[in-house]
Amino acid sequence: MDFFLQLLINGISIGFLYGLAAMGFVMIFKSSSVLNFAHGEMLALGAYIFLTLVTWAELPVPVAFLVSLLGSFILGFVIERLFLRPLIGEPLIYVIMLTVGLAAMMKGFMLLVWGGNLYIYPDFLPAWLTLDLGNIVVPPVYITAIFTGLVFLVIFGLFFKYSSQGIYMRSVADNQPAAMSLGVHVRRVFALSWAIAALVASMSGIVLGVINGINVHDLSAVGLKVFPVVILGGLDSIGGAIIAALIIGLLETFTGGYISPSLRDVVPYIFLIFILMVRPYGLFGLVEIERV
Amino acid sequence: MEKPFMLQLNNISVVYSDVIQVLKGVSLSVQEGAIVSLLGSNGAGKTTTLKAISGLLKPENGEVTDGTIEFRRSKIQNLSPEAITRMGIIQVLEGRQPFKYLTIEENLRVGTATRWGKPYKNDMELIYNYFPALKKRKKSLAGYCSGGELQMLVMGRALMAHPQLLLLDEPSLGLAPLIVREIFKIIKRINEEQKTTIVLVEQNANMALQIAHYGYVMENGKIVMEGSAADLKENPDVKEFYLGMAASGDKKSYENVKSYKRRKRWL
Ligand SMILES: Nc1ncnc2c1ncn2[C@@H]1O[C@H](COP(=O)(O)OP(=O)(O)OP(=O)(O)O)[C@@H](O)[C@H]1O
Ligand SMILES: [Mg+2]
Repeated sequence: MDFFLQLLINGISIGFLYGLAAMGFVMIFKSSSVLNFAHGEMLALGAYIFLTLVTWAELPVPVAFLVSLLGSFILGFVIERLFLRPLIGEPLIYVIMLTVGLAAMMKGFMLLVWGGNLYIYPDFLPAWLTLDLGNIVVPPVYITAIFTGLVFLVIFGLFFKYSSQGIYMRSVADNQPAAMSLGVHVRRVFALSWAIAALVASMSGIVLGVINGINVHDLSAVGLKVFPVVILGGLDSIGGAIIAALIIGLLETFTGGYISPSLRDVVPYIFLIFILMVRPYGLFGLVEIERV
Repeated sequence: MEKPFMLQLNNISVVYSDVIQVLKGVSLSVQEGAIVSLLGSNGAGKTTTLKAISGLLKPENGEVTDGTIEFRRSKIQNLSPEAITRMGIIQVLEGRQPFKYLTIEENLRVGTATRWGKPYKNDMELIYNYFPALKKRKKSLAGYCSGGELQMLVMGRALMAHPQLLLLDEPSLGLAPLIVREIFKIIKRINEEQKTTIVLVEQNANMALQIAHYGYVMENGKIVMEGSAADLKENPDVKEFYLGMAASGDKKSYENVKSYKRRKRWL
């Protein structure tokens, strides 16, 4: 029972982090139909920026955290500006291939700067974040993961639902010509979705780094894990992606805990194939409104 | 002395994909405060003309290759839609294109994109005042609205942008006669009460000439006739081809065919 609870909490925390990563991925897809193959690398880069700020620049952790998020946000803008914008209007497959190239470039850059070794963050989470439930003790990092996951999901949920910019972004995802006819700045929406995606990706990269250590290969592999998550959730549904991320997170930890650690990375894909046979548009994919 | 024209198209040519010439020297003028109707059969180039004005040609790979478009004396041909909408020109697209997965209220809020950050609550009330049907359904998804409600929605959404010049592309398309009459009544009210200048593209020449002050007739990418609405209504050719009355007075059928598929660009 205790083991079960422990796995449950681990699974939920990992799930929230996948959820954050997936949210950014879905956002880019919804606004511009681009599948971002460099998502894992954006996530890893966030973790490295934070690492550098904490260990080399020796900034206080909260400052380093905010600076990393801001840096990733700006980086997202820059990536869109330099690489994606010149391809607006070209066939989508070129744009998607470009993100594959971008992934290779970013990975090479990170290997060059930080090498392929595993880094561990200094222990900076306060002990009072530990959740002591008697028989099981939940380390602070899991509480942090769940907490940051929730906070960011709520913030962005409110942003998309109520803020004007959020509504403009949804309008572009919904009907681009109509959005343009009303003066919505479509290129700005693309840029903003890349920036937000980079921000939430680096956020999950940082926390995953705290859990598993920081390594280019491991962290960028999370980018691949985003695929079962978003396909399971329905490519165009942010809410679906988050629920799917929780499912995948739990599935992974339970498989790792009860069956075999070597199976844990495979199971999400097996489950995915199974689900897709039953519901090809994913668990929560938008059902097309046909009446108009 | 004559009032200056608000909008002037001087001999414009439009080419799609660098090779398909659609407009061949179109000139037209729109007086401040007027309703000007642009009539013509399918494929005449009416939508293309509106898109040339609003800048929406560019995403479809179209370009004004010749001539000028002047809005209040500044040249606007081939500017981006972001720039043109911010000058106060808003086009309501053909075929009622709502944001299906946004509520009515959210759809209206997209209309504030040209003046982001400014208050919009009063405008919302104004829109609900013109279109009470929208208020009742403000929390429901636009994708589930009826055709009449959608037409009101897309017009209301455009009004949220405080347009000086409103370009309406076939608002009556596919609507029941009763709703069409209602929509046209509101268009007239908007013109009178909001002082919005309107260019009205229509197949339904009969309705359009009832509220318009002036009209142009297009064929094959050219203006073939123009005149005051009253004159056009009496013109025998217009009567025959656009008002559906042959010289003998009986109705002629009018085939509605959209024979091409638009190629969308821009991702
Ligand atoms: N994106 C495009 N690329 C190439 N040709 C186009 C494009 N859009 C329109 N055309 C062509 O331009 C011509 C005029 O089209 P337009 O849509 O302006 O006509 P219209 O007068 O609005 O007709 P309708 O009454 O059917 O809406 C048509 O022959 C059409 O095939
Ligand atoms: Mg048309």
